[in-house]
Amino acid sequence: MNNIKKNRLKDQLFKFWGICSTLIGLILLTIFIGDILIDGISRIDWGFITDLPSRKAEKSGIYTALMGSIWILILTAFIAIPVGVAAAIYLEEYSKKNWLSGLLEINISNLAGVPSIIYGLLGLEVFVRIMNLRASVLAGSLTLSLLILPIIIVASREAIKAVPSSIKDASYALGASKWQTIWHQILPASGGGILTGVILALSRAVGETAPLIVVGALAYVPFAPQNPMDEFSVLPIQIFNWISRPQHGFIENAAAAIIILLLITFMMNGIAVYFRNKWQQKWK
Amino acid sequence: MRKIKELVIEKSLFTSALVTIAVTVGIILVLAIEAIRFFSEVSILDFFTDTQWTPLFTEKHFGILPLLSGTFLTSFIAIAVALPIGLSISIYLSEYAPNSFRKTVKPLLELLAAVPTVVYGFFALIVVTPFLQEIIPNLSGFNSLSAGIVMGIMIIPYISSLSEDALHAVPQSLREASYGMGATKLQTAFKVMIPAASSGIIVSIILAISRAIGETMIVAIAAGQQPRLTLDPTVPVETITAYIVQVSLGDVQHGSLEYRTIFAAGITLFIFTFLLNTLSYRIRKKYQMQYE
Repeated sequence: MNNIKKNRLKDQLFKFWGICSTLIGLILLTIFIGDILIDGISRIDWGFITDLPSRKAEKSGIYTALMGSIWILILTAFIAIPVGVAAAIYLEEYSKKNWLSGLLEINISNLAGVPSIIYGLLGLEVFVRIMNLRASVLAGSLTLSLLILPIIIVASREAIKAVPSSIKDASYALGASKWQTIWHQILPASGGGILTGVILALSRAVGETAPLIVVGALAYVPFAPQNPMDEFSVLPIQIFNWISRPQHGFIENAAAAIIILLLITFMMNGIAVYFRNKWQQKWK
Repeated sequence: MRKIKELVIEKSLFTSALVTIAVTVGIILVLAIEAIRFFSEVSILDFFTDTQWTPLFTEKHFGILPLLSGTFLTSFIAIAVALPIGLSISIYLSEYAPNSFRKTVKPLLELLAAVPTVVYGFFALIVVTPFLQEIIPNLSGFNSLSAGIVMGIMIIPYISSLSEDALHAVPQSLREASYGMGATKLQTAFKVMIPAASSGIIVSIILAISRAIGETMIVAIAAGQQPRLTLDPTVPVETITAYIVQVSLGDVQHGSLEYRTIFAAGITLFIFTFLLNTLSYRIRKKYQMQYE
């Protein structure tokens, strides 16, 4: 009898600990968003978003960094999405089971685990030095494209795999070619899932700091980039730069810029979750 | 005509897939070439045995050990935080929590991994370090303790989500058999479910370790930039990744020995994460079919 009671007690204790652990994560997330809001919200006004960076904390704005982030986001999307989705289509629909497909598979899984800073070193040698793109928006976007390629491929493959084979069979039965089937049936049917993966990957790219520092993105640029060959800064690098300064005013700036960055990342994550839920209902 | 078009499309899709191979080859070539140039000037024995790393000073030492100790110290602290919490969350969510709770909490926890790391760096330096200094008065402004703890918080969802997936994949019949023998939920979790899902749980832990080793911004901001061969968590240290950032921010001439140090440091980092990733891939492939 005693033993049973002991076991039940242990069971209840663990349940309590489990709830605590789960809440620890959520509470920390709340504390820390709350703290950043307290530090930074009063600093945010229209001027903070439209002002150029300055040596004086209270005059500094995030305009150039925000524009840099938007440039990077758009260019990265243009480069990474076609390559990533095309690779996923090849792997799911064309590739036969042989040594090459095995190699591609293990390789993509490995690339997903390579630290982002290593991609920075690759970009520095290949894009900045060998292709002589200098520390431009284009060099940064190419580097980040390679970084998020594995994420897009894995997510797109999952989405393509989930399309019921009846749709494919029906298309073939009507005389459609392989590509017609993919273009008119499989891609529209898996679009929601692919979109989810793409948005999540891009939200990762917006938050990346280290590879862009290695590529040579600057902490201070006087103007927003006008074309892909211009030098640039991005929000995370601006935040990093402000954190490294001793004056308190810059800490406030950093917190305010973090609010803007978190707003962008959380919004992208929200949109991704929305598409995922909408798309999941489709096949159930 | 249609056949040619189909063929062209297939070939261009194939080329896209090959890009991924090119990336791996590119990474290995770039790191290897610059590292070989580096080791033609610095002896590899010094690299692994010298206890000082001072490439940016006039008196140069090229011992990777201080950077390695910094990397392992911060990663160890991170795993010590993330492993018990992450694993408890996964057991609680899969064995105890009602389904609706699990479905709301899991995406919320995954938000922890979506927060940009520079934000965590701010959190570690501005919030956690001052808080810890109240408890440990001689804690330095930059230290591996606070960076490690915050990094641990960041990787909680890596462990909790993947482990929960693994526990969730164990057939219900095993759970019911254990309940039928009169076991409590706790006994079922630890004696039946965890052993059955062990490969998935191990994979999640390996991936979390690999993530911690490669993490850059948190340690670059909060752990300091002083390479130091120590296991003391209260003093400033420097990790491999933080060193690469430090050099990149400075004005180092392309082709100089200082420039090559970041590739020598990079290839060391790459080898560690490559081994961990390959190991986790092997385990995953080996046990994937277990319950299908």
